[in-house]
Amino acid sequence: MAEVEFDTEGVKKRFAYINRKAPYGSIYALEILEMIMISAAFEQHAIIAFVDDGVYQLKKGQNAKVLGMKNFSPTYGILQMEKEDADEDEDIDMEWRIVVEEESMTARGLTADDLVIDVEVLPSVELADLLDAQEVVLSA
Amino acid sequence: MSTENKMLHTVNKSPFERNALDSCLRLAKKGSSILLIEDAVYAALANTAVAEKISSRMDDFSFFVLGPDVETRGLSETPLIEGVSVVDYGDFVDMAAAHSAVNSWL
Amino acid sequence: MKFGLLVNEGPFTHQASDSAYQFAKAAIEKGHSVPRVFFYFDGVNNSNALSEPQSDDRNLVKLWGALATDHDIDLVVCVAAALRRGIKDEILAAGFRISGLGQLIELGMAMDRTLTFGD
Repeated sequence: MAEVEFDTEGVKKRFAYINRKAPYGSIYALEILEMIMISAAFEQHAIIAFVDDGVYQLKKGQNAKVLGMKNFSPTYGILQMEKEDADEDEDIDMEWRIVVEEESMTARGLTADDLVIDVEVLPSVELADLLDAQEVVLSA
Repeated sequence: MSTENKMLHTVNKSPFERNALDSCLRLAKKGSSILLIEDAVYAALANTAVAEKISSRMDDFSFFVLGPDVETRGLSETPLIEGVSVVDYGDFVDMAAAHSAVNSWL
Repeated sequence: MKFGLLVNEGPFTHQASDSAYQFAKAAIEKGHSVPRVFFYFDGVNNSNALSEPQSDDRNLVKLWGALATDHDIDLVVCVAAALRRGIKDEILAAGFRISGLGQLIELGMAMDRTLTFGD
């Protein structure tokens, strides 16, 4: 069937990707990550949020080989690079923030040092305000 | 009440099964609307062990429940928490249009 | 208003596809348009032409196809998610097409409202 095209010229929206599920027990973590990676090419603003068990997606030291699964946690490093490139390049108008909810981390005994990438740790109240300002929320 | 700048949150899983409602209540900005659909309609029932999750937040949010999901589950005669409004799919569409965006807590 | 929908789950196993379908139908009845519905994760299974529900039950694959044809809805199935799950052109139901994740990002950019239906 033929491709349907939308006119997205000049469109810049604020996206939020909300990750709430643990990695490996289901595919949501991996496939949402693939979604975020593809989105970089579209230079939209994004809040990439990790809440509840979603914070476990960023945990250091994952070894999926033992179960013959794919360890995709290194891909979060590429996410961080995309974000940093956008921050540094004046020609790219794309603001990405990688945030984790403080309460979710504390409940699970995690600190920022346990994670594979640099993140902003936000208390619920602050994250609530931030999410409220987004225009397109994609959840999994 | 103008809802142009307010987010519409939806929750679709039962509060007995998932923490989605809890997370929504924690991370929705005060003043938002929260619509319960699918299995989340159980959260709107007045006399359950989890009713206070919603009844204690009536000042912070406007709560709605999707009528067709209530009826499907045989709950049409079951008392709902006071203040939760029953809406249909047409209202759901209207609400999605009238709010700034929709955030689905799965 | 233009509504874009993301459907994360396959037919029957979860209510997501039903809820998305009911929303799309209601939106159209209210005079809005639903230019695209994107099927990701197990949602790709909504496009499986081999689905054969019991005769006294709804046929979601056919319902989506008919709604799309009648109301000009672009039903897009994510290629990567589809391949994983064995959804290929040869079993794709009428009304659906397979394409990339970029179509979802474009949906978010171009639609007035985007909704996710999942588990």
